[in-house]
Amino acid sequence: MRTILFLLQKEFLQIFRNKVMLRLMFVLPVVQLIVLVNAANMDMKNIRITIVDADKSSMSQRLIQDLDASPFFEVGVLVPTKADAIDLIKRNKTDVVLYIPYMLQHDSQLSHKPSVQIIADAVDATRAQLAYGYLSGIVRRLSLQWQVADVTMLQLSKIQVVSSFWFNPELNFKYYMLPGILVILVTIIGLFLSSMNLVREKEVGTAEQMNVTPVKKYQFIIGKLVPFLVIGIIELALGLIIGHLLYNIPFDGSIAVLFSFTTLYLLAILGLGLLLSSRSETQQQVMLLSYFFLLIFVMMSGVFTAVENMPLWAQKLNYLNPLYYFMNVIRGVLLKGSGFMDLWPEFVSISAYAIGSLSLAIWSYRKTS
Amino acid sequence: MITIQNTSKKYGTVKAVDDVSIQVHEGELFGLLGPDGAGKTTLLRMVNSLILPDAGNIQLWGLDPVADYRQVRQIIGYMPGKFSLYTDLTIEENLNFFATVFGTTIAENYHLIKDIYQQIEPFKHRPAGKLSGGMKQKLALSCALIHKPKLLVLDEPTTGVDAVSRQEFWEMLQALKTKGITIIVSTPYMDEARLCDRVALMQDGQIHACDTPANVVAGFGKTILGVKMTNVYKGLTDLRVWKHTDNVYPCGEYLHFIATDSHVDVASVTQYLVSLGHQNIDIVNVNPDIEDCFIELTRTH
Repeated sequence: MRTILFLLQKEFLQIFRNKVMLRLMFVLPVVQLIVLVNAANMDMKNIRITIVDADKSSMSQRLIQDLDASPFFEVGVLVPTKADAIDLIKRNKTDVVLYIPYMLQHDSQLSHKPSVQIIADAVDATRAQLAYGYLSGIVRRLSLQWQVADVTMLQLSKIQVVSSFWFNPELNFKYYMLPGILVILVTIIGLFLSSMNLVREKEVGTAEQMNVTPVKKYQFIIGKLVPFLVIGIIELALGLIIGHLLYNIPFDGSIAVLFSFTTLYLLAILGLGLLLSSRSETQQQVMLLSYFFLLIFVMMSGVFTAVENMPLWAQKLNYLNPLYYFMNVIRGVLLKGSGFMDLWPEFVSISAYAIGSLSLAIWSYRKTS
Repeated sequence: MITIQNTSKKYGTVKAVDDVSIQVHEGELFGLLGPDGAGKTTLLRMVNSLILPDAGNIQLWGLDPVADYRQVRQIIGYMPGKFSLYTDLTIEENLNFFATVFGTTIAENYHLIKDIYQQIEPFKHRPAGKLSGGMKQKLALSCALIHKPKLLVLDEPTTGVDAVSRQEFWEMLQALKTKGITIIVSTPYMDEARLCDRVALMQDGQIHACDTPANVVAGFGKTILGVKMTNVYKGLTDLRVWKHTDNVYPCGEYLHFIATDSHVDVASVTQYLVSLGHQNIDIVNVNPDIEDCFIELTRTH
């Protein structure tokens, strides 16, 4: 026990002495949370729309007014022909075109099937889909109102869809992004710092010097794990404080659940870092190796894209991805107020992961020396 | 007392250490001499429990570095060939750290390192990475000694060190010996052999001789002639092809010449060289030293 304390003392001494690293550890979360959360914003606002109004009726005027009033759309100049509008799409001057054909109002009053055309620039598929969704919503609402106003149409059956968004009622994308960025942050600290630190000892030769001391392997490993566990938890706390101050992110669940899960998660990640470092001889190797895993884990975890949209094999593969569990837990705890009873499958999985990666790492370290 | 019996270690097909048996006596300064790649480091790493031998048996005062590695690590101090202390910690922090992991304090064994540590103590708040080569070496030696080891294992401590620092370093070792510490030191420098109590000559994983430096030299048993002429290079090639030549090699300003039989003397060598047109021929009798022994031993084995 005394030996472990001395090892920890040495480790913290080294960490606090490394001023560049120390500053980075505090600057990294602040910058990431400010830049990434704001930049990686998928809220659809200010979609540039170009309208071709061939009808010029009161109905088409009403439609244009509605679009103008919507926060989602930024109505550009009206152009006379469809060809002009398509030209604007090609020149990347507009995102979506609404074509209102001649006789729209006339047709709808005569209960012909009236139609408008939506042309969206689908280079960014998500944006195009959302624009289409919003736009068709507005058009549908208008046509309903129009029909209500028209007494003769009153008899038509109308099904109105009423939707409500739970857990993130304002559809604030930042609430979705921030926990994701926090997960990445904690992972970078856990995986990179620990694996690099261990390989550095190998590279410099201090690992060998330690090997001829009576320090036992498990003591050495605990001495390496604890500092980065502590730093990872501090990073999470720091990130949550920033999230609260800057974005007023909700914290509906229990702090205890989140931090106990984070501890288990960090153990799993540190075990992985340890395993990678036992297989590497240089910091370069371990850096590249960690990066390889980090990138796959991050992209698969559902930070940017919903896991449910992935093919089945990818969803299955995610069972091996520690970030996937953490992503579920942190979003659940912060936004939904999920408790331990809701998240116990994640707790079981990450515990198994931690036990697995740590024992594999220790076994691997034993073998190499 | 350290006993190494029939110890071998292979890396792939290379026999790094090949059936080595030597004994190091209590309180002795023992030199392990050999060129780069002889297997010195591998042998030392087996002694200090860092790697496992493929075959053979090593005993340090009855302790086996394989089975009793815990106790062995408690009684040895190891200074690897490459500086391997924490460069971001200061002199004092490094020393303190190694003292604590061995469960001791600087104060407790200060008498052991005093002479060495005092030289670097004025800089004790300087990070180890910012020290000069000589200071690093003194710090490494202090750290290896801080737990009062019975055996000090030094792997090429003087490689890449200037002549004055080498001299100083050997003086430090002599002083440590008087404190009852057994020392095994490996070196590629033959001239350091005379500073050891006993030496083992090692090449290609094998020990070719193991005795006091004087006995190793006494066992040489052949006459060496030092030969000098104007064109030394031509002289070397000419002597190499002579039928009476056993071996000839450059050594300082002279060529060391060993004849196949004792009939060949100064006169006959002179005659041979004159016949080939050599000028300013100077031939002297040379007392063999460790280097001559080493060349002879590695050639005949």
